[in-house]
Amino acid sequence: MSSNVSRRVVLRGTAAAAAGVALLATAAQATDHTGHTTTEDHTGHGGHGTGPAAFDEVYKGRRIVGKPVTGGHEAHHGGFAVTIDGKELHVMQNADGSWISVVNHYQVFDQPLALTRAAVDALRGATLVPIAMN
Amino acid sequence: MAVRKNQANLTATEKRNFVNAVLELKRTGVYDGFVRTHNEFIMSDTDNGDRVGHRSPSFLPWHRRFLIQFEQELQKIDSSVTLPYWDWTADRTATASIFAADFMGGNGRSRDAQVTTGPFAYSTGKWTINVSVDNRNFLQREMGAAGTLPTRAQVDAVLAMPVYDTAPWNSASEGGFRNYLEGWRGAGRVHNNVHVWMGGQMATGVSPNDPVFWLHHAHIDKLWSDWQRMHPQSAYLPAAGTANVVDLNDTMRPWNNVTPAQMLDHSSYYTYA
Repeated sequence: MSSNVSRRVVLRGTAAAAAGVALLATAAQATDHTGHTTTEDHTGHGGHGTGPAAFDEVYKGRRIVGKPVTGGHEAHHGGFAVTIDGKELHVMQNADGSWISVVNHYQVFDQPLALTRAAVDALRGATLVPIAMN
Repeated sequence: MAVRKNQANLTATEKRNFVNAVLELKRTGVYDGFVRTHNEFIMSDTDNGDRVGHRSPSFLPWHRRFLIQFEQELQKIDSSVTLPYWDWTADRTATASIFAADFMGGNGRSRDAQVTTGPFAYSTGKWTINVSVDNRNFLQREMGAAGTLPTRAQVDAVLAMPVYDTAPWNSASEGGFRNYLEGWRGAGRVHNNVHVWMGGQMATGVSPNDPVFWLHHAHIDKLWSDWQRMHPQSAYLPAAGTANVVDLNDTMRPWNNVTPAQMLDHSSYYTYA
């Protein structure tokens, strides 16, 4: 489903040549990654049907990817990693299963996809930057 | 004795002195250290792991200590300055005097949410956002775009809760004052909802980038004080032996020399008008 979203965006995007090329490349990657992530779901935490849904789509011109991870600090924060145009969006799962991100840290979302779209909305085209943890 | 006042009752001189002291801490870099510290805690405090500043019983004493430290830094600049508090149950619009150009400045403009009025507008050259989650370096606000300011009735319902906090001592805690004031539970989602209503940096992990942060948390701190007077028999919980949680006599990071027990009575630091 997420790749369908990407293709729809691409079809609109091809009206502008340069942007169209960039989006086509993104769509090809998106399809690959979506398939790969689905495979991982069967072996990872998501395979039990309890984890949040992986996604890979273009939303408002931004490529957003969310997928289960094992190990590292992402696992500590819910076993799920999110990127916006390849830059990590720090997310955290609450004890009741809801989610927050560093961009929306006081508002809970049922799923990482809605959380990530909200971050894209708040960013208004800005680029995520990592914050040094001392 | 320092007296913390409702911001609505400040004189023009008191507002100017507060703003000037904040701007001086910004100029010297002290201010951004507070932003960085807050973000480090908000990113590392987790429901199932070590938690100190947020989503835990020590949310209130941690922020009390954090605000005292900030207030002391302000007083090094101007000894007359104390932290005012913003009662958002009373002053609840983007055009309230707190958001006038002589104090906090107004809402962000529609195009990019940039605050363009008041002493913290980017164009003044005195308020560049350095500790940020993205590459924008100007203060942003989107008041009312999301969230709702808690009502007095919602706050009163939380103040009426007699138990300080409950297991599992995190964002899922039910039936305790702390989590309903913090706003992970309850109809008003009290503290959290004010952050969401402000929008811009206030909605993010680097929320102290907006000076409104201090006025919001001074009000939360006052509500804790109000609650203590309403429930003199109710103690800070948990008392001892709780994994990942700051018990009554455990020290709190990052200071490592102050406990919740030492933060229960604010009167040796300040009183509320």
